[in-house]
This record gives sequence, structure tokens and C-alpha cells, in this order.
Amino acid sequence: MFLPLCLCAFVPFSPCIFVSFNNMKYIDGYRNRKAAERLKERIADLAGQLKRSGKTASIMEVCGTHTMAIARFGIRDILPENVDLISGPGCPVCVTETGYIDAAISLAEKDIIIVTFGDMINVPGSKSTLAMIRSSGASVETVYSPSSALTLARQNPDREIVFLAVGFETTIAPVTTILATCYEDGLKNLSLLTAFKLVPPALKALMSDPELKIDSFLCPAHVSAIIGSGAYRPFTGPNGIPCVVAGFEPLDILLAIEGILSQLVAGKAEVENQYNRVVKPEGNIKAKKLMEKYLQPVDARWRGLGMVPQSGLGIRPEYEKCDAGKKHGISVQKGREPAGCLCGEVIKGKLKPMECPLFGKACTPDHAIGPCMVSSEGSCSAYYKYTR
Amino acid sequence: MKPEETIQLAHGGGGRLSRDLIQSEIVSRFGKGPLAGLPDAATLPWHGKKIIFTTDSFVVQPLEFPGGNIGDLAVHGTVNDLAVSGGLPRWLSMGLIIEEGLSLSKLRRILDSVKTAAEVCGVVIATGDTKVVGRGQCDGLFINTSGIGEALDGFDLGPGRVVKGDDVIVSGELGDHGFAVLAARHKINISSTLKSDSAPVHHLVQAVQKFAGGIRFMRDPTRGGLASVLGEIVQNGKTGICLEEPKLPFSTGARALSEILGIDPLHVASEGRIVMICSPEVSREILKKWKTINGGAGARSIGKVTADKGRVTIRTVAGGQRIVDVPRGELLPRIC
Repeated sequence: MFLPLCLCAFVPFSPCIFVSFNNMKYIDGYRNRKAAERLKERIADLAGQLKRSGKTASIMEVCGTHTMAIARFGIRDILPENVDLISGPGCPVCVTETGYIDAAISLAEKDIIIVTFGDMINVPGSKSTLAMIRSSGASVETVYSPSSALTLARQNPDREIVFLAVGFETTIAPVTTILATCYEDGLKNLSLLTAFKLVPPALKALMSDPELKIDSFLCPAHVSAIIGSGAYRPFTGPNGIPCVVAGFEPLDILLAIEGILSQLVAGKAEVENQYNRVVKPEGNIKAKKLMEKYLQPVDARWRGLGMVPQSGLGIRPEYEKCDAGKKHGISVQKGREPAGCLCGEVIKGKLKPMECPLFGKACTPDHAIGPCMVSSEGSCSAYYKYTR
Repeated sequence: MKPEETIQLAHGGGGRLSRDLIQSEIVSRFGKGPLAGLPDAATLPWHGKKIIFTTDSFVVQPLEFPGGNIGDLAVHGTVNDLAVSGGLPRWLSMGLIIEEGLSLSKLRRILDSVKTAAEVCGVVIATGDTKVVGRGQCDGLFINTSGIGEALDGFDLGPGRVVKGDDVIVSGELGDHGFAVLAARHKINISSTLKSDSAPVHHLVQAVQKFAGGIRFMRDPTRGGLASVLGEIVQNGKTGICLEEPKLPFSTGARALSEILGIDPLHVASEGRIVMICSPEVSREILKKWKTINGGAGARSIGKVTADKGRVTIRTVAGGQRIVDVPRGELLPRIC
């Protein structure tokens, strides 16, 4: 079952999803071709002004769902040549290290039921994938909702269940609810193998990389619904760059690009919340409190970025009976990266997917070598799927 | 040591992995005769005439879903394979593999649906077989149906006949079957109107027989959806196809599920629709005719055959262009 691991598309804790159940006209409003034409003209005009002063605009879209939406709606195709969209580290599967998959596989080999979002099952570990061990008989269940892990745990009281808790703030919040239920209800056979990652520390690392020249961030939609648009303030100001929060519809993205270019033309570097129908400056306080209660900041290793201080969240010691690593005595070791795979460079935005020698040749979605090709949110997957 | 290769669920999904498996294991052994080119049904010579022959197995889960059940689906699936190969469906076989413990009332409901569907389609269940296996050895009920039809005069179909400038048309909204089964299986109750589109299409084919000379290719877009069918047409590298996103017909329920779950509706199965490539001279007439017929009200033109060889592209609502990828395969297992 195909499922995006990043729950960005699921709009947790937001009223938007209920609107889309009932009225697709709501979405149609953000897919109006005439409005898109007008925005395209405005973008061309602003890009022209930048060009006349010899400037280009490198915009990093941080979220994997934005990467997919940009490719799906053919947005690169309509941008002026001096406006470049660079895909960032916003695909949770892609930034999860090989050793994590190895750890999950070794748990499955102990006859533990592994519960995961679909994207993870084809990600290569050092030797195998979860899909491969599943077809050899291991119990690997793909689910839509983290709450299915609770159901599975209750249905299988004699088996140990480990939920692969991977993702950014959008996913962390709903996954923390099962951690809460697991602990409060005393579910003894469920635990979480965490590799939670936080977006702002990664942006800080990218901004301070001297090899990267990023003129602005197109900030994630639903990560921002949790952390709030205020979380980007440290990246703006006199030494900062424009940060514009955008939704996932084509008009959202075009409007955000227009906003970024307007700021660049005017020499501004501010936070702009284009997605204010969902995102508040303070974020989702309830979700933040829940995360803070059960989780604590930890140093985390990102594929591509390496060890980034305090860029992850782990389970607090008082809830460690729900921590699969502690419970089953397993730690995530540094795994073996696939030979020749340049995912790390792609994640940092230093390489475009097709600049990797493996892209589309040895590495395709059918025979993916690196996670950026496996994940439905990965840059390589987006380029292969939509722009080959 | 390299672990032994095993079949994965994705090998059955109708996407690229299915195609690879069939090419390497089936076509390599059996692909020289009527199986060459892997049509939905084989066209076989019979005493100076032609008959159309096909087979299909049904393993859908759940057995009953909004808009149908495994019984009428097993009839429609085989009837439609015959129809889009230019056949008039006549006889069906029915093989039942039943799991110990299936409720008799459910089996009765399903067999009643087979009976009704066969009557509506004008086909006779001419032969059959029943096997019962132990608990856990199949999942409730599997059905295989094979079908024989008479070839309708005038049709000469195949991807090789498709030329630049042809129209791409569909007989109605796409993907409702796959989404309805998915919603039923996972108890996602988002739309009271989302129902499987499982239905016969043979009458739609018969109704446009007089335009057969201008019809190049037909398929019912089942597993792998519209994207798989179009990918197959351009596979020979002679032509391409460009779709217009605003023209693509999807029901509200299908669109809502697609948006929520991130599933491309172009990859999702219909079980009562036709995708047709035809000359622009006949496309308007065919659409006009279909719109007057049951099951054809939502018919429309969705794109054009282009010279962009080997590529299916889509002009998006944002005005950009992108490619339409053939699904890899594990999207929605056991939807038919």
C-alpha cells in the first residue's frame, strides 16, 4: 500500500481536511487556471526586475509534499529562468539513515510485528528492505494511521509490536498520541522506534552551509501548522532571508513564489504566512504541549546533513517502557550507504536529482538504490515521476 | 549470498512490476501465439470467423462493497475484456474457490449477483467448477471467469494503429471502483455517493460499431488505471499522448479520497469504463452517442495523441506540463 510517510498531506489537527471531504469546490478554487495565469505574469514581471539588477532567486522548498506538488502541477515549467526551486531535506524517509532500517529489520527478525507507513517498506537497509523480509515471512504491516498500531497491539496480545516512528513535526504530533495511549493504558506489547526530526534546526544547518546559496525558504505547510509561522523568525531580519509559508495547491505555491520575489525585489527578509487559512503564528499549542510532555530534544543524524545538534526528538526517560530501542535492547548503528548513491547531496540541495549518475539508469522507482527514489516524497522520485 | 527472489505484492498491482513479471515469465514461455502483445482477450480464427477468448480471476477484498460484489464484478470484468477487444460476449465459465467457513447467505447473495449480471449482459454461464479449501487457505471466495465472444465486424484494434492527432476519449468518471473498494476495506466513510463503477460496457461498444473504422484502440482501465492503459499505448515509441487536466472526469468522492490519501486517481481502477483512441472524425459522433446511453452520460474527450514519442504528459491546472508515470504496482492490492 502506497502511503506518504510524511503526514503533511493529511492535515492533522486542521479543519481543512473536513472541508475537502464535503466540498471539492473548495480545492478547485486553488486550482483555477486563469488565476494561475495572472500569477505567472506577476512572477515573470518580478523575476524580470531581479534580472535587470543581475540577480537570480534560489528558493528552497523544504517540504517533500511541496516537492511533489511542484512537480505534479508542472510549476518549474512555468517559472522564469532566473528563478530556481531547490528541493530541501523535507522527506522524512530520505533523511532517515540506513542504520534505522537495519534496526527495524533486526527487530522483525525477532518475530516482532513491525508497523509502518508504506513509504518505509522499500527503503534499502545495508542488506535488505522491509518489503523483502516481509515476502520471506516477517510480519510487516503498513498502515494509514498511527492509531492502527494500537489496534494491532490489542488484537495481538501475545506478540510484540514496534511502530516505526519516523517523521517531522506534522507526523510527530499524531504519533505522540499513540505513545500517550500506550503509556496511559498500559499497553505492554507496543513500543516505538523513534527517528523524529525537527525542521528549524535543519534550516539553521542549511543556512550556515557556505557551499549553499539559498535566497529564501518556501516553508512547509503542515509542519508550520504545528510549530507556527513564528518559528521561522530567527531566519529573517537584517542577515536573514525571506521565509514564506505556503499551502500545497498550485495557487498557494505560485502566490508564495510571488511573495518571495516581491520581498527579494524590495530587499526585505520577513516571515510571510500565505497559508493563514491553516497556519497560525503560534502553531498548534495543544500538539506542542503533547510533544513536550512525552518527548525531549536529542542530537540526530540526518542523511546528507550528518549529526545536527538537538534536531531530533526522543522519548523521555519516564516513558521508556514505550521506547523500542530500550525495551528490545537495540540501538541505531551507522549503516552502509548504497554505493554511488548521492542522496545526501540531493537532500542538501547541492545536486539536482538528474545530476546523480545513477538517476534513471541504475536507480529507478522499481529498483531504487537510494531513499530519495524510494519515497513518494523524495526529490528523485518526484523528478523521475513527473519531469523525466 | 543473494537471497532467493520472491513474489512481492507489487507484482500483482498492474504496474511496471506486473509488466516485468509477465514479460519475463509468461511472454518468454507462451508469448508467440495469440498472447503476443498481451491484449485483454485473444482473437482466434474459427472456421472462417473469429472468436474472442479471455480469462480473469477475482480476489477482491472485501467480497461486498458499495456498488457491487465479487460476483457481478467477475461477470463485468470478463464481459468488458471481451467487449473492448471488439467482441460480443456470449458464454462464460465460472470457477469458485471457497474458503471453509464462508457464510452460505453471503455466497447466495454473490451467486444471485452473478445471475443478474449475466442476464443483463446477455451471457450464459455455460460451465463451472466449485472447490472448497480449508480455513486460511484462501480469503472467503475467489472466482475465475473465462469468456467467449463473437468478433464484431469492422473492428481492427491495436496500439500500432494509433496516429498523431487522434482523440483520447473516456466513457465516464474514472477510478470510482478502486477508491470505493479501498474505502470499504479500510472503513473510510467519507462520501455516501462513492460507489464502484462496476458495470458492463459491451453495449457501449456495440452502439458505436458503425464508427469502428475510426476506432484505433479500446481498453477498460482496470488495475493501474488510465495511466497504465495510456503507458501501454505509447510503449512502442511511435506516438505520445497529452492529457488536459481540467478535462479529466473524477467523481467528488474519488477526488476527495485521492487528495486525502495522496493516491494519483490516474492510477486507480475503473470496472465499467472504456478508454478509446479514435480519429477526430468519429470522436464527436461517438461521444454524442454514448451520452444518450446508460453508463455513458459522463463521456468526454480528455486529450490528444501527439508526436512526443513514448511519453504520456498532462497539461496541468497551473498551466505547466509534466509526465504521467505508469504506477509501480503496489497501490491497491486485491481490488478486483
